[in-house]
Amino acid sequence: MASAIEELKFRDPAKARALTEALAREVDALGRSPVSVMHVCGSHEQAIARFGLRASFPRSLDVIMGPGCPVCVTDTPEVDEAVALAAQGARVCTYGDMLRLPGTSKSLADAQADGGKVEVVYSVSQAAELARRRPAEQVVFFASGFETTAVATAALVLAGVPDNLSVLSSHKYVPAAMDVVSGMKETNIEGFIAAGHAATITGWGIFEPFARQTGTPVVVAGFEPLDVLAAIVELVRLIRLGRPEVVNCYPRCVSKEGNRPAQEKLWKVFQAVDGNWRGIARVPRGNLDLKPEWERVNARHRFAIDTAAVGGAERNLLADRCICGSIMSGLAKPDQCALFGKECRPETPVGACMVSSEGACKIWHVYGGHPNLQEVA
Amino acid sequence: MCLGVPGKVLTISDDGLSAMVDFFGVTRELRLDIVDEPVAPGDYVLNHVGFAIRRIPPDEVQETLALFDQILSEAGSGDLMAEDVRGEIASGKERSRG
Repeated sequence: MASAIEELKFRDPAKARALTEALAREVDALGRSPVSVMHVCGSHEQAIARFGLRASFPRSLDVIMGPGCPVCVTDTPEVDEAVALAAQGARVCTYGDMLRLPGTSKSLADAQADGGKVEVVYSVSQAAELARRRPAEQVVFFASGFETTAVATAALVLAGVPDNLSVLSSHKYVPAAMDVVSGMKETNIEGFIAAGHAATITGWGIFEPFARQTGTPVVVAGFEPLDVLAAIVELVRLIRLGRPEVVNCYPRCVSKEGNRPAQEKLWKVFQAVDGNWRGIARVPRGNLDLKPEWERVNARHRFAIDTAAVGGAERNLLADRCICGSIMSGLAKPDQCALFGKECRPETPVGACMVSSEGACKIWHVYGGHPNLQEVA
Repeated sequence: MCLGVPGKVLTISDDGLSAMVDFFGVTRELRLDIVDEPVAPGDYVLNHVGFAIRRIPPDEVQETLALFDQILSEAGSGDLMAEDVRGEIASGKERSRG
């Protein structure tokens, strides 16, 4: 165990060791196995995998990545809408990870190869600039991301967008998905690690009703390896004490109230509606749709989107074997998928989780996700 | 994509709607529409998709920067965290020349 810690690149090895020992004591004191906790943030999985944190977790502790990748949970029909808009001649702008996300039969990358106008942007502002430069075109911003990213879309809509820009929203709302996953009996998640920067917007107070109602403690964690470790120690302690509370382990970026100006803008522009999350479930209030008063910038209102024209008659046999939904629900690990690293690779993704830098499969593929050094030792 | 990246505010635009921000040597323009509190030159902010989403409390800046320093300095191409951080830096508007 000690040698495993030394191999990890912690800024403060002594603190890392103390936290690792504390974690082992807490899990021991719980006296059962497995103890499953879930985080809902691709950046947390990146930190855990990149810094090899699982090597320092007790064997009976299972830290699972839930639906924490907004690209991965973007549903197939939403991709079809974007592909159809590109086929209908609109210029579709989107964040880079969305390009290869499979639709029913095509991704936006396929649409681009077919001659469609598809552009990668890093910010909704860049989509607006593009629209200003091309006033004769219809530019559609295919908006993905959780509330952290939706606030940017909202701010731009409120600030005013060019007439030829519209928004195709596939924004999602994380707290809603935590409700759904915690209700899945087969996963038996005993505690949640909330996404640090989503909580920057919403504030940690938003998780208090969730913790009370589900009896599940929640910790808010940062992205330093030590932040993640410290938060997990706290979470297991709360589980051991039977205290369904919310503890903020990331005070430097998260307050109880969150970012009020951003929340106001978010809810001025968006409303939470029921929506399908790819492979997981229909999530009550899980999708962020433009409110009716913004229909003039809503691509679903501006265009008659013909997804039937891009829907596949051909059945994708590989996709039938993809278990992304089970992975994002915490029912399976990436390396339990028969396609993982074989037919499904970052260059040729079959499932959504291999597409995005925040997808569990891509993260495990790149960083080797599950180094269980204890089994080697 | 939700990682964000911290940067130091260099200047604020006359209308107060945007700021020039230094990210580890790269200067980009960020929008200030949704930052949680007023910012001034010298402050650090967290950038997500071209917008400042948080003014980082001054006494916590160093701790926040350390992770990003580490990721950017030791990561080769293909590192997912480093790519996400570089993507966040690229989300700011490039400084207009001339």
